[in-house]
Amino acid sequence: MFGILRTLWLTFLHMGHRRVTVGYPEHKPPLPPRYRGRIILSRDPDGMERCVACNLCAVACPVDCISLQKAEQDGRWYPDYFRINFSRCIFCGMCEEACPTYAIQLIPDFEMSEYLRPNLVYEKEDLLISGTGKYPDYSFFRVAGVKIPGKDKGEAEREAPPVDIHTLLP
Amino acid sequence: MTAPMPVIIGVTLAVLLGLATFLTWFERRLLGLWQDRYGPNRVGPGGILQAVADGIKILFKQDWIPPFADRGVFVLAPAIGMMTVLLSFGVVPVTAFWSIAGNLNVGLLFVLAMMGMGVYGVVLAGWASNSKYALLGGMRAAAQMISYEVFMGLSVLGVVMQTGSFTMRDIVLAQSGLWFIVPQVLGCVVFTLAGVAETHRLPFDLPEGENELGAGFHTEYSGMKFGMFFLAEYAGVVLISALLVTLYLGGWQGPLLPPALWFGLKTGALVCLFILLRAALPRPRYDQLMALGWKILLPLSLLNIAATGAILLLHAPG
Amino acid sequence: MATILIDGRACPARTDENLLQACLEAGADLPYFCWHPDLGSVGACRQCAIKQFSGPDDKTGRIVMACMTQVTDGAILSIDEPQAREFRAGVVEWLMTNHPHDCPVCPEGGECHLQDMTVMTGHDSRRYRFTKRTHRNQDLGPFINHEMNRCIGCYRCVRFYRDYAGGEDLAAFAAHNDLYFGRHEDGALESAFSGNLVEVCPTGVFTDKPFSAVYSRKWDMRGAPSVCAHCAVGCNTIVNARQGTVRRVINRYHEAVNRYFLCDRGRYGHGFTSAPTRLRAPILRQDGIPVPISMATALERFAAMAKDGPIVGIGSTRASLESNFALRCLTGPDRFSTGLTQLEHDLTMQVPALLRATPARNPSLHDMESADAVLVLGEDVCVTAPRLSLALRQTLRRAAFPAADAAKVPHWMDAAVRMLGADAPSPLMVLTPAATDLDPIAATIHRAAPDNLARLGFAIAHRVDNSAPDAPDLSETEIQLADALATALRTAHRPLIVAGLQYANAALIHAAANIATALHATGADAALSLVVPDCNSMGMALTGGIPLDAVRAMARAGHIGTLVVVENDLTRRLDAATLDELLAAVPHLVVIDHIATRLAERADLLLPAASFAESGGTLVNTEGRAQRFLPALTPTMPIQESWRWTQQLTQAATHADAPEWTNLDQIVATIAQEIPALSRIIDAAPDAEYRLDGRRIRSEPARISGRTAVRADISVHDRPLPQSPDTPLSPSMEGAYSPDMPGALMPFYHAPGWNSVQSLNRFQQEIGGPMRGGDAGTRLLDDGIPPETPEWHHDIPTPFTTAPDDLLLLPEPRLFGTEELSALSPPIAARVTPATLRLSTLPAGLQDGGMVSLTLAGEHLTLPVRHDPALPPGIALCPPHLAARAFTTPVRVQLHGDDTP
Ligand code: SF4
Ligand code: SF4
Ligand code: SF4
Ligand code: SF4
Ligand code: FES
Repeated sequence: MFGILRTLWLTFLHMGHRRVTVGYPEHKPPLPPRYRGRIILSRDPDGMERCVACNLCAVACPVDCISLQKAEQDGRWYPDYFRINFSRCIFCGMCEEACPTYAIQLIPDFEMSEYLRPNLVYEKEDLLISGTGKYPDYSFFRVAGVKIPGKDKGEAEREAPPVDIHTLLP
Repeated sequence: MTAPMPVIIGVTLAVLLGLATFLTWFERRLLGLWQDRYGPNRVGPGGILQAVADGIKILFKQDWIPPFADRGVFVLAPAIGMMTVLLSFGVVPVTAFWSIAGNLNVGLLFVLAMMGMGVYGVVLAGWASNSKYALLGGMRAAAQMISYEVFMGLSVLGVVMQTGSFTMRDIVLAQSGLWFIVPQVLGCVVFTLAGVAETHRLPFDLPEGENELGAGFHTEYSGMKFGMFFLAEYAGVVLISALLVTLYLGGWQGPLLPPALWFGLKTGALVCLFILLRAALPRPRYDQLMALGWKILLPLSLLNIAATGAILLLHAPG
Repeated sequence: MATILIDGRACPARTDENLLQACLEAGADLPYFCWHPDLGSVGACRQCAIKQFSGPDDKTGRIVMACMTQVTDGAILSIDEPQAREFRAGVVEWLMTNHPHDCPVCPEGGECHLQDMTVMTGHDSRRYRFTKRTHRNQDLGPFINHEMNRCIGCYRCVRFYRDYAGGEDLAAFAAHNDLYFGRHEDGALESAFSGNLVEVCPTGVFTDKPFSAVYSRKWDMRGAPSVCAHCAVGCNTIVNARQGTVRRVINRYHEAVNRYFLCDRGRYGHGFTSAPTRLRAPILRQDGIPVPISMATALERFAAMAKDGPIVGIGSTRASLESNFALRCLTGPDRFSTGLTQLEHDLTMQVPALLRATPARNPSLHDMESADAVLVLGEDVCVTAPRLSLALRQTLRRAAFPAADAAKVPHWMDAAVRMLGADAPSPLMVLTPAATDLDPIAATIHRAAPDNLARLGFAIAHRVDNSAPDAPDLSETEIQLADALATALRTAHRPLIVAGLQYANAALIHAAANIATALHATGADAALSLVVPDCNSMGMALTGGIPLDAVRAMARAGHIGTLVVVENDLTRRLDAATLDELLAAVPHLVVIDHIATRLAERADLLLPAASFAESGGTLVNTEGRAQRFLPALTPTMPIQESWRWTQQLTQAATHADAPEWTNLDQIVATIAQEIPALSRIIDAAPDAEYRLDGRRIRSEPARISGRTAVRADISVHDRPLPQSPDTPLSPSMEGAYSPDMPGALMPFYHAPGWNSVQSLNRFQQEIGGPMRGGDAGTRLLDDGIPPETPEWHHDIPTPFTTAPDDLLLLPEPRLFGTEELSALSPPIAARVTPATLRLSTLPAGLQDGGMVSLTLAGEHLTLPVRHDPALPPGIALCPPHLAARAFTTPVRVQLHGDDTP
């Protein structure tokens, strides 16, 4: 009984406290770099598309709002189309979590409201940025074993030159 | 200096509905204040036009009746809810000269009767929606409101005994010396709690407990039919506050200021108290609510009647 | 039945299997790589290590390779024992030291046995910090991608390619850590079964190249059970589709038919479903100009045409029973043609009767594998029924079993069995006009003209059973050969005779029937298999109809108002002059097909049909097994199933008592009712009302992705996927899925922890046995009552005679290019080699490779010659349809030498 009255009193006293709400848009709140907002596709340090169309983000997405199709050129995989339906996205960041190449990243930008839902469907042109985003150094194809133009077999990180299969010497 | 009846009815109705609409905004602002945030502050000066915006929005929303619902009852239910609250106001005397039926000799009984009718609005809404959440909400409402009606009725008996009349105006006039809140403090507390439960306001809003029942009895409602429930709730808050003022806080009486203002101020303060309750207190469990009613409020109100009766007998002339 | 204890749990097991099989059958998760249910064990990978205890008191136990240890009753095993776990984790970690960081760009990812096994053993972080060995890849042709870095050295590929399928051009190179699996140089893999490497290789070394171009992860594709339409074997397949297109075809296990393997024609032949020549709208030819029209207009036009006289229908041996039957309902049985020329028609019609009347068994493919003497009489099964030839190849392995039994080596101990069987005599005897791929492993090979082969067949029958007629005037060598073959067959317990319609020679199949009958009379468990040309030739034989020649006669007599041709390119069957004559005599030609054939170009009304991937239907394979294929895609209107078109034509034309089928099951029921021989096709698969646990079986994996984005560019509104009335499968990932699904409804294989095709083990009653939910299809020809006393065929041909400049031109079907539909598939088309004329003796003055001209089917052709001294004299071979459009055998041709006209 006393507890209830005390609660009422304390709540009443909050009348004089400062408000914690930030008055957006007049005041823009500072967002941490790992804030989960708008999704982008980044490029590797060489300026090539990072996404290798592995489909892991799509399968990790709990609301199934990512769809893409793999295409391939000279050993490099890339998405032929890459579509995110932001009218479904819940900005959970699972896609970024799943991405093995750091291609898909959630960035501290949330100002993407639209009056028409179709405008929330982003295609690759809308997602792809020209930089590396949060991870400046990583390049998947420098680590992977597949051959791409400019990187022959055995030239990736920690790779020995290709073996000569015509010798039986150890 | 009594105004003609149509004017009184018209003004009361307009003020009441206006007040209920205003309260939808006011409550949110006040909650914001007590919870260190702003509340609606964008539309119009201080956000006051939010209520208008909400009204427009709700009017333009699709008024959908679920195909599985019992149509007639579904439409009727919110009207009953609204109507009973408005009718109750008829017997509340704003001032000695400004009331629709403040002289009604069964005034208080009429209020209780209307409250009893009000249960139908909620129960029928839950029933007609034909969905499990709505039904559960409706059943909770039935049990809760019928129980608390008992305590409400019992709690005001002390006042009636002291006044010797059911007429609202007489009750107010009987407090010209001492407000009933002093002798009837127990009754006043019971009445307040029962009032919160009757209007199923937080913290006693179990019929619509959204974390377990969606939105309880009005889960399936939308558009203006939902709006009616919404407004009825705020009108209910005003009604309970007005009744508290009438029964325990001396009605319009007070020094210096004109009577109507006194009435308004007292009612306003009580409305704020209701909002404070909402801002501060969590919702109890359903069994706790019922236990509070039957195990504490019932004995308290009986005790109050017995004590009042005893004292009246002791002081009775002859 | 033995009982073994796995981690304290008593499990039934068979003593003829190994512990790995027993553990998997018991539902345990035991990792493995090199063991394969049909390739047996070699113990190469050391991944299947478990602990075996000698008795209840033995607490130490010893580590054994489960796949190399026989089940013994009461064996006490532990998979979970810490040492065994550690051993397996060590093996995977060591296998992974050289593994590239490729999963995201590896087409195997998501259905990779190596991924599954790595997760199963718990290896999750790399400790090895040194360099990885790398390999250069090879270009292995249009079917297979090669990425050697990913190899774990399990040897499955070469064991399948060389040991199981008899391929020569894939081998293991180098040694120890540098092991390399590939060809001696870049080039297309030659084997007809190279595509199976995709499923056999547990990693992403060998992957499906055409699929990679339209790649989608396994979890993103819808699957539907289907039946291969590219030959008469009727291999069971799963068609994977996504976003409205077929992505790939993979094997669907059927215990008795294709088991674990498909041929490349079946795996890569589906490309025609999205070929540019696909028909997508009804087309009306007005004054020679094709105009796309609506469905309603098309039907109106047909109604008008139908007023101009009787309708005659031509069905097709590549169309489903349903499509043919619906046409037969439109025209009536008397005006429904099988779409075959007289000779082909007569032969095809005979086959089921022959199989029913012969007392010998009509074997399934799996049954054939255990034959101990096989006589292939005048049919190159390696191209006409490739998967069947792979089954015949396995008889060689069975031949090693006696030696293995004597040495007490269990049959699954693959390397040892092959070693022991190295000297076992081959049970194969191949008698064909031209060399076949089975020749290198055959005990006896004989080249002769079809007539002479038939004579030899009759002679063999006579030598097995004296009451059978003998062929007169045999040469000395023929007599010797007949004696030898008869002896070989007579001493066998399970002799098998295989013949077929390749050379359109009735005497050949009659001789085969005589031999089988004679062998049966000796008390042997004899079997006779007859190979028919097309995926539904057998269904057509059971449906019946009139030959094309009868249609021509009707046309000449002016008895045809409208000719409706369903899925049959008559330009392949009738030469240009004959076809012109036929079409000239027909006022209206209506063609229903899914691709724009040459005939379609001449149709007055052309209606777009659904391909096998978009429709459901029933095909009867060469052993008379009716099998159902179900739609993987919903056809986009106005494309619809041929039978739906034909039904609508019937309704448009007659307005009264036209059939009112609303789904596949109803037309199947009508067929079963009207054609007694097909009464059991209802049992081929559960109908559309089938529910598992009250729900449809889902056609998409539970974790399909992108559902709210895949169509979002068209509309952001959700829409329920359309449910086809013809299939019990749901169109989405909603529905039931369990190991007990009927084999006929298997949409994809997946079991918890087993994402690759290896999860199939979980769906079988026992490994390599029938499906837990029952095998697909139903055999139709088992109800024959053979006569009491053998009835012999007496149509012994006279010896083949050669004329100086007159050659018998025989078809030389190609694995790729001859079959009509698969030839439209880009990867198959890339493997088609140009037509040649094969001759035993070159005309004077002509070099190998020189040009020769001849007139065939009214076409004047100039072809390069290939000298093949092994051919019998007087015979020329030419691939059908590749040189001349139409091809009918037998045909005599004259060569014009190199006189380019
Ligand atoms: S943030 Fe979450 S919901 Fe949005 S696309 Fe990524 S995985 Fe999907
Ligand atoms: S997970 Fe990353 S690399 Fe893979 S498809 Fe998504 S964005 Fe591309
Ligand atoms: S083979 Fe398997 S484990 Fe290796 S890269 Fe491919 S998917 Fe990954
Ligand atoms: S290529 Fe594949 S099947 Fe062959 S050894 Fe390597 S991993 Fe095994
Ligand atoms: S599966 Fe047993 S050693 Fe490879």
